[in-house]
Amino acid sequence: MSKYTASEMMIAVAARHLAGARTAFVGVGIPNIACNLAIRTGNPALALIYESGVYGAQPARLPLSIGDPTLVTGAVSVMPMADLFMYYLQGGLVDVAMLGAAQIDRFGNLNSTIIGADYNHPKTRLPGSGGACEISINARRILNITRLGARTFVEKVDFLTSPGFLAGRAERDRMGMPGEGPEAVITDKAVLDFDPHSGEMRLAALYPGVSVEEVQAGVGWPLLVAPALGEVEPPTAEELRIMRDELDPAGLYRG
Amino acid sequence: MSKIMTMREAVQEFVPDGVTLAIEGFTGLICFAAGHEIIRQGRRDLTLCRLTPDLLYDQMVAAGVARKLVFSYLGNPGVGSLYAIRRAVEKGIPHPLEIEEYTHFGMIGRYIAGAARLPFFPLRSHSGSDLPAHNSRLKWVQSPYEDGETIAVVPPLNPDVAIIHAPRCDQHGNTQLWGLLGMQKEAAFAAGKVIVVVEEIVDDSVIRSDPNRTLLPDLIVDAVVVEPFGAHPSYVQGYYDRDNPFYLDWGERSRDVEQTSQWLDEWVYSVPDRATYLKKLGEETLSRLRPGEALSQPVNYGQYT
Repeated sequence: MSKYTASEMMIAVAARHLAGARTAFVGVGIPNIACNLAIRTGNPALALIYESGVYGAQPARLPLSIGDPTLVTGAVSVMPMADLFMYYLQGGLVDVAMLGAAQIDRFGNLNSTIIGADYNHPKTRLPGSGGACEISINARRILNITRLGARTFVEKVDFLTSPGFLAGRAERDRMGMPGEGPEAVITDKAVLDFDPHSGEMRLAALYPGVSVEEVQAGVGWPLLVAPALGEVEPPTAEELRIMRDELDPAGLYRG
Repeated sequence: MSKIMTMREAVQEFVPDGVTLAIEGFTGLICFAAGHEIIRQGRRDLTLCRLTPDLLYDQMVAAGVARKLVFSYLGNPGVGSLYAIRRAVEKGIPHPLEIEEYTHFGMIGRYIAGAARLPFFPLRSHSGSDLPAHNSRLKWVQSPYEDGETIAVVPPLNPDVAIIHAPRCDQHGNTQLWGLLGMQKEAAFAAGKVIVVVEEIVDDSVIRSDPNRTLLPDLIVDAVVVEPFGAHPSYVQGYYDRDNPFYLDWGERSRDVEQTSQWLDEWVYSVPDRATYLKKLGEETLSRLRPGEALSQPVNYGQYT
């Protein structure tokens, strides 16, 4: 078995979660590579959607941003952003979206707005929602891709930018959101999912060689452990080959 | 009648102190040429609107032209933070900056409502988010129809002026766009005055040969400025690529107040116009940014006589 990095593991796991999807809402970096890996390893029909207004992108290079011109050339459709948000996202055509955040809480709520207690005088001003809030509400399934860390996995986010299960699955259900909410959090040490009843985050499967305690150390509240705690299969030789030789030969995102 | 004027004239005539201004363009088609001229002319108290303030508004805020920022995502795309805007928000340097924050869909809806002269735009967003608690303009209405659904609404955005970068237009301002369209069309229709800045002017017959690509009509365009590479360091699809080293350089230098003003001195204040800026950039850089060809297949509109 060849050695691999935590990022390569995250990419492989994210790609496996895309197996049945028809469309994926993509960002740059790991999500972009994960989608392209999924396309080459069993879901060739997966179509990439970018919030910049692109459907069916076929980037010829690693995009520098979600607005890279390489996303346009060779795409199936390029449209005003208004069309993308109204008809694709709100129209229910986005199967999976991948999101990251500065903070994620016990119920999968995301903060990408501020660190600190006072919105008007933040300790750190973060980018804000962009499309994340409406993506969290409208995309059918949400995958979070976030490295473990007690400053990131906090019991309560400083600012709720994008809803996960709010105070629990029942609250999200009450709001009648079209999307099902967060499905999994893909971290550098384990995959976390959400309790089917309460919506609380739990440890679902460990990466090889990682202990429950190591995962807990990167989470700022007592983390539930799923009844059938699994172990994640490491990246296959083929997955690694595609990532290293074809998708990110310079190692920009695999490191 | 030709609406062609220089950038200096267009900014003098249409961008006075205190206006609400939208220079749109999503990662591409961002009119740095206009923003830099606004800085040079010393404008003050502008309300700057944009989904993604990007380097351009970071530079304009650093130069002190802005009183307020209306936005939905503050980032140096693919690089990191916008430090000048963060300094203004976190520490009030060079002076405090009022912010009015939306989500992308919220900003999109605001332009649509503005362009269509509607009182609000309904959208499925904001539920459960803390944003409505910090922006009193985010509200909810109940549908008057059978299901009585409660839905989020945003108010219209009608900037006094929109500056729209585009690949080409004719002398009247009929403007064609391709590549990422961002909110160029909606922002232009929503604005009181529109300045179109293009890579090239083409004959009326070129526009008429492909009417589906004409997104802005002469009806709403007040001024046309021809400014090749006017969106550098952002890009124009098929004309030039993003100059990423420029984005990285700003990402580094803008961390520091002193270096930020040195950058502005070097690339804005001591450069009288865009032609000089391009000379300073150098032909080597310009040719590095020019992409190879990927032509679309022509379509047949048909002769109906």
